[in-house]
Amino acid sequence: MVGTGLPIRVVLAKLGLDGHDRGLKVVARMLRDAGMEVVYLGLRQTTGSILNAVEQEDADVVGISMHNAGHLTLGPRIVSALADAGLDVPVVIGGIVPDVDLAELEAAGVAAVLGPGAPVDEVVSTVRAVAGHDGSD
Amino acid sequence: MGPTETGSGSSAVAELAEASRSGDRRATARLLSLVERGGPQADEVASATHFHVGGAHVVGVTGAPGSGKSTITNSLTTLLAEAGRRPAVLAVDPSSPLTGGAILGDRVRMNGAAEAGVFIRSMATRGHAGGLALAVPGAVRVLDAAGFDPVIIETVGVGQVEVDVTDAADTTVVVVAPGWGDAVQANKAGLLEVADLFVVNKADRPGADDARRDLDLMLDLSTITGRVGGERPSVTMTTATEGDGIAELAEAVVGHLGRLSDGEELAQRRERRRLAEVRAHLGHLLEGAGEEVLATEASKATNPAESPMMVARRLAAGLLG
Ligand SMILES: Nc1nc2c(ncn2[C@@H]2O[C@H](COP(=O)(O)OP(=O)(O)OP(=O)(O)O)[C@@H](O)[C@H]2O)c(=O)[nH]1
Ligand SMILES: [Mg+2]
Repeated sequence: MVGTGLPIRVVLAKLGLDGHDRGLKVVARMLRDAGMEVVYLGLRQTTGSILNAVEQEDADVVGISMHNAGHLTLGPRIVSALADAGLDVPVVIGGIVPDVDLAELEAAGVAAVLGPGAPVDEVVSTVRAVAGHDGSD
Repeated sequence: MGPTETGSGSSAVAELAEASRSGDRRATARLLSLVERGGPQADEVASATHFHVGGAHVVGVTGAPGSGKSTITNSLTTLLAEAGRRPAVLAVDPSSPLTGGAILGDRVRMNGAAEAGVFIRSMATRGHAGGLALAVPGAVRVLDAAGFDPVIIETVGVGQVEVDVTDAADTTVVVVAPGWGDAVQANKAGLLEVADLFVVNKADRPGADDARRDLDLMLDLSTITGRVGGERPSVTMTTATEGDGIAELAEAVVGHLGRLSDGEELAQRRERRRLAEVRAHLGHLLEGAGEEVLATEASKATNPAESPMMVARRLAAGLLG
């Protein structure tokens, strides 16, 4: 993998009004402990606020948690909003996504999907893989 | 590296700098990443932005963890943006010394400002060649040259490194909150000396009046006379979550710049800022040169026929000669 000499920068956000952000915080710590810089947006983010943060923070990856089955509409919406804005940043979706929906998300350009119980190794290697560099020199 | 060697690289940086000046926020973000990365490209960014600075009032907001710095910065910049200014925020958070990773969480409290069009950039303390003393002034210069004004730097005010960040600002605001992280803590952390303005935040909490009294007492007892013409730093009470006191704070911040520019103080501070940055670069360059010499002359350096001090002197003389 290509190194850039910079840590991977990940924007983490939760879309919509529902729930809590405990799971998202766990992911944030996993990524930090793997040497990444996590720009944490927290709850109640919108497509617009996520786009804004991705641009200003010059993020390598955006991770979005969603809980109430909105992934089939919200996932592709974020991907196309980023593409429309000319931001070439991979989107990772975290949450409960039924296997039957995976192909549709992939077709829509979602880079990866992580289930709620994903172990730390999977989370870290997935983010590194989609970032296209491992953050080392 | 000479200009011919950097060739296309430097014209790419120059193009980014021009786009950034004309309001392209993605270009600004890229320039900030180059500054964070350090090395020759960061030097090019410095050259490309250097002649376009000076428009921004640079304000440091510092104080104990959780005292409300981000919430205050959110309300303050929202108010200023609504009044027609173009604020930017540089929010600095510590990296993990073990892994180099960081959780940069200040944006959580800045949704309002982001919506009002404030440019917000999070920055981690480690992982930058040359460290914070190089990265922060470089980033401020990028934001200043991009036409942002004011530029607010949020840092946690514990430890020497963070206090040094006040070197990068025209105006330093120290935030204290009742209880843990109050005036006594701020005093111990050496924050009272660097303050131009104080904020007692969380005025809705019990103990806020006590915190203010402690602060007033400490200001009365100390020899601190503020940094403009011996004036005593003002104290503003805020409840940042409600926006209470933020208009007064904005007035105090703007007023401070006005008093700085009335006399020689602003020019003097900016000269000190420049000196501090040159010093940081000089230290970085010398350290790098020292490491290089050590790597190539390791066998001579460990020769027991000379004392370590004598070896160091001889190597240093070689560097400077
Ligand atoms: N009651 C009360 N809570 C406040 C006030 N201002 C901030 N808070 C809360 O205090 C907590 C910390 O606020 P932040 O703005 O994140 O504080 P900070 O100083 O930026 O924290 P760090 O960046 O982590 O050092 C949050 O839960 C805020 O909602 C206030 O005026 N009153
Ligand atoms: Mg903060």
